Amino acid sequence: MAVAGEWFLPQWRSWDTSYREDRKVLSPTTNRPRSLVDISFHYCPGCGHGIIHRLVAEVIDELGIQGQTIGVASVGCSVHTLSYFDLDMQQAAHGRAPAVATGIKRVLPKQIVFTYQGDGDLGAIGIGEMFHATARGEKITVIYVNNAVYGMTGGQMAPTTLIGQATSTTPDGRLPDRDGFPIKVAELVSMIDGSAFVARTSVHNPVNVARTKKAIRMAFQAQMNRLGLGLVEVLSPCPTNWHLSPSEAMKWIENVMIKSFPLGIMKSLER
Amino acid sequence: MTAKRRLLKGTDAFGEGAVTAGCQLFCGYPITPQSELTHYLATRLPQVGGIYLQSESETAAINMVYGAAGAGARVLTASSGPGISLMSEGLSYLAGAELPAVIINIMRGGPGLGNTRPSQSDYWQATKGGGHGDYRLITLAPWSVQENFDFTILAFELADKYRNPVMILADGILAQMMETVEVLEISRLNQTPFDKPWATTGTMGRRPKNIISSLHLPPEELEAHNQKLLNKYLAIEDCEARAECYGISEAEIVVVAFGIAARIATAAIALGSERGLKIGLFRPQTLWPFPARQLQEAVKHAKRILVLELNTGQMVYDVRYALGSSKAVDFYGRCGGMVFTPMEILGYILSGGSQGAVAYN
Repeated sequence: MAVAGEWFLPQWRSWDTSYREDRKVLSPTTNRPRSLVDISFHYCPGCGHGIIHRLVAEVIDELGIQGQTIGVASVGCSVHTLSYFDLDMQQAAHGRAPAVATGIKRVLPKQIVFTYQGDGDLGAIGIGEMFHATARGEKITVIYVNNAVYGMTGGQMAPTTLIGQATSTTPDGRLPDRDGFPIKVAELVSMIDGSAFVARTSVHNPVNVARTKKAIRMAFQAQMNRLGLGLVEVLSPCPTNWHLSPSEAMKWIENVMIKSFPLGIMKSLER
Repeated sequence: MTAKRRLLKGTDAFGEGAVTAGCQLFCGYPITPQSELTHYLATRLPQVGGIYLQSESETAAINMVYGAAGAGARVLTASSGPGISLMSEGLSYLAGAELPAVIINIMRGGPGLGNTRPSQSDYWQATKGGGHGDYRLITLAPWSVQENFDFTILAFELADKYRNPVMILADGILAQMMETVEVLEISRLNQTPFDKPWATTGTMGRRPKNIISSLHLPPEELEAHNQKLLNKYLAIEDCEARAECYGISEAEIVVVAFGIAARIATAAIALGSERGLKIGLFRPQTLWPFPARQLQEAVKHAKRILVLELNTGQMVYDVRYALGSSKAVDFYGRCGGMVFTPMEILGYILSGGSQGAVAYN
């Protein structure tokens, strides 16, 4: 049954941002990485995604792999990595990015494949795909952004929410008896044979931003050297859902979050 | 093009069909009565440079299929009812992102865990959705081991032609029985491989980026995308509906059945002709698109229509929808892994449709 009537067929799609001319970055002084598209991010003020996007893009540029890299976007705030990375991209269903990346890497073994996932996506619904992609030793790279809440859906308790942390679904704070405990993905993945490089880093100050970039580079190199799966868990601020100012959010990572999620390299087969 | 006759088990015919069609990757998870297909492909695919990959779940399998299909590969998965239910999310995403892939469903008894016996109770799931949103799954229904082989090749062709997932709906009998099959010896069958300029293979600095996605946040855009999909589905309905008729021209009674039920019906029809009954068979080979026009043509002169299915009455709705009030459509089915015998069908016809294990009116 054809739908009657004249159909207006727009010529643009959601990742074609030409209709957002007004938001284009016009200044050439920003020195944008080639692996990022020349548009501004939509993220909230103080969000960590913009920093991490840029670090991933810089590493891809510096390794000279832009043309052979395929990214897999997850579900959540980072869904728009589809638009931001100037790379071939696939959109995965919620939590399934490691399985999608497996499919791509197995049929294109010479290409570089990475997933970019949040903690709700990877730590809850997608924990099975994550563990099994690791156990198979898939040669992929996982950028895992941990902000201790579900961001896009409104700051609900996530598998990574800290004990005592108030969220929209734990207004009185996370209680272990009722809500269980936060999942430490980096430690768990590092214990699985098949992971080649695992680190937890943060972007709450310049020193840690630099360490994050180094860890991302090592994770990609582990893939290029066909050693196994690389995962970088990046602690990332979410001022909107933490109900903090951007600078307070950075302080909260430094003073609170790192105590539950210690930073460091958990595993590196090259070391 | 040379053909060789081989004695093949149903599952192996699916596997050999996939190999012949140039399938590069199989991802799957064991489930009865599909498991022997995984055994066959684990041995056979590596011999021709393909990859067999055992996934941790059907959910992972269908998403591996999504990734590989998006990367331009010919890719297959197979399961049975409970596993297909888990794959339904992925089927919706495949259809939304317009990715070609082949999914074999070897039906068993349901609902829930049901049992491992042959059944046709996933007809609705295959043809009416399963996953969410407005989408269609091209659905092929083989009735012999030969068609298991042929339809697997056809499924890959249709999937690439229309950029749409294709399901092969078989059952435990078709998977487990052995028959001689004419196996084509030429890999790729002189087919021109489909060009896939949309695939995410890496830009290699030579083209703008490609995106594989089913996300369309602006409602105008998603409506336009749905309209584009609908136009494609209408084209498939126009061009791809397939059916076979047997003894229709003389028939007073036309039996409508697909897959193994149609196979059993042929024996009942032969028994009936010994008794002077004029029974014809109409067998849909595509369940979506349903061959409604062919059916209307086939039953023009018939007095009675009898739909036979190994379920409690699913395809019968499509038959009634196709025929409207022009003909009375009767239904006889067995379910839960019970299979009707030719004598049982004949008894039902002779009794005028008053007895049945699952009489449905």
